[in-house]
Amino acid sequence: MKLKEIAHTRTGDKGNMSNIAVIPYDEKDYPMLKEFLTAEKVEEFFSQICFGGVKRYELDNICAFNFVLEDSLGGGVTRSLAVDKHGKSLGMALLEMEIKE
Amino acid sequence: MKKIRIGCGAGCSFDRLEPAIELVEKGDIDYIVFECLAERTIANNQQQKLKDPSKGYTPMLEPRMRGILKQAKENEVKIVTNMGAANPSAAVDIILKVAKELNITNIKVAMVSGDDLTHNLEKYKSMVMWQSTKTLGELDAEIISANVYLGAEAIKEALDNGADIVITGRVADVALFVGPMMHEFGWTENDLHKIGQATLLGHLLECGGQVTGGYFADPGYKDVENLHILGHPIAEIDETGDFIVTKVKGSGGEVSPRTCKEQLLYEITDPACYITPNAMVDFTNVNFKQVEKDVVLVTGAVSKGVPDTYKVNIGYCDCYIGEGEVSFGGLNSLSRAKLCADIIEKRLEIVKANIDEYRVDYIGYNSLYKTNISDRFAPEEHSEIRLRISGRTKTYEDAMLISQELDYLYTNGPAGSSGVESRVRQVLSIGAMIIPKEDIATDITYWEV
Repeated sequence: MKLKEIAHTRTGDKGNMSNIAVIPYDEKDYPMLKEFLTAEKVEEFFSQICFGGVKRYELDNICAFNFVLEDSLGGGVTRSLAVDKHGKSLGMALLEMEIKE
Repeated sequence: MKKIRIGCGAGCSFDRLEPAIELVEKGDIDYIVFECLAERTIANNQQQKLKDPSKGYTPMLEPRMRGILKQAKENEVKIVTNMGAANPSAAVDIILKVAKELNITNIKVAMVSGDDLTHNLEKYKSMVMWQSTKTLGELDAEIISANVYLGAEAIKEALDNGADIVITGRVADVALFVGPMMHEFGWTENDLHKIGQATLLGHLLECGGQVTGGYFADPGYKDVENLHILGHPIAEIDETGDFIVTKVKGSGGEVSPRTCKEQLLYEITDPACYITPNAMVDFTNVNFKQVEKDVVLVTGAVSKGVPDTYKVNIGYCDCYIGEGEVSFGGLNSLSRAKLCADIIEKRLEIVKANIDEYRVDYIGYNSLYKTNISDRFAPEEHSEIRLRISGRTKTYEDAMLISQELDYLYTNGPAGSSGVESRVRQVLSIGAMIIPKEDIATDITYWEV
């Protein structure tokens, strides 16, 4: 199963940092994601573009996660050579991650 | 119980105009806020002001004022905005001009100033920049702008003094929303629960349509109705600090816990400590409850206290980017694009371009042949590839070398090189520093017509 089958994402940026919110459609999937979707797995997934580490913040109250990816936007929106200078497509990429059944 | 309704008319400098008109006409709102300054916007505006001293405010200020001013006056909707950008006094001139043309009288305009430190940076030269090891002095000759993110106090004071329109330069985005609530309800920064809720309200609304279904739709996964007439958000808050988020009935979009959750987490780091000049807010106990279609009740945000510093946003000329694109179509297009990339890379060595960072991208779906021809290609073959080359350089001349190599392709590159575009642009980067609040004096100036 891919993450996109059970969750949606929203990506934002601040300087050279990208943040990806991961939100399960159904709150009952939150505990499983909390166990499975660790900061380490997200860091490994983005290992070729994220160089400053990943931190996961948990929001148990609304069953959502905020992943903060430091040094992941090629220097930030003004300096980046990427087509997607804000890194706004990163959350959509994360939805392709295989998660356990 | 006293309640006020605040709408967000724009979530960025170039946002649509119609949702703001709809809010003023049909939103039953008391305030409309236009939040128009992204991190780098004011630096661009400062450059415009250098070229023409009457410019430097948000370019859409005049059409927005023409679109809403008369109806706002009739419906007693107050306007709060940072559309002054790098030149709030020129923005006031525009507002007064539009008011005169529309025969609007008996309005009071307030301008908040004090955020612009561009010409007062001497004492900070040895200060180390935020998230950096460089001092401000090391950027010296290239600084374009330096603006403090002010808080809500001056906006509150202007409204206390009867302003109908408050125009600012750089202030914290949420302060545009928090100011009216402090004014209406008499809240101070020490009302921790209420200021926490007010800050959350501002955070949810500041990006305009992003909380009402904009930037959210994903066909088959998250379907949203009528995005072409997306309604912008309205929040109704009462004196306890509880509020609902909604939009004008009949407008497009969606307001739901799922749209609110996405916006709650948009562009933040630690949800337990969202920092603005007026509050450090804990979002971890927030709740979203759908009370009816497109109406969400929001509770649970609390301020943990007030920071004693301001963040200063600094725009500076940094470097140059030379870039360009060229398309390859049909059989073997990826191979020809790769050959082209190889040629350009070798050429840049021959012409001795000094390049700090270099990037090659291969892009494409159906721009060359459209689908009736593009679909003929076997799945393993690309019907088109657009090669994009970009490089960051210290000098304009080095960036030009990259751009020129793209231009040479028509007669020197692989077969079918097509649609070449190239350009050089100067990079305006953004830095920040943290300064004590007592360094900054805020002024308010009033005009009455």
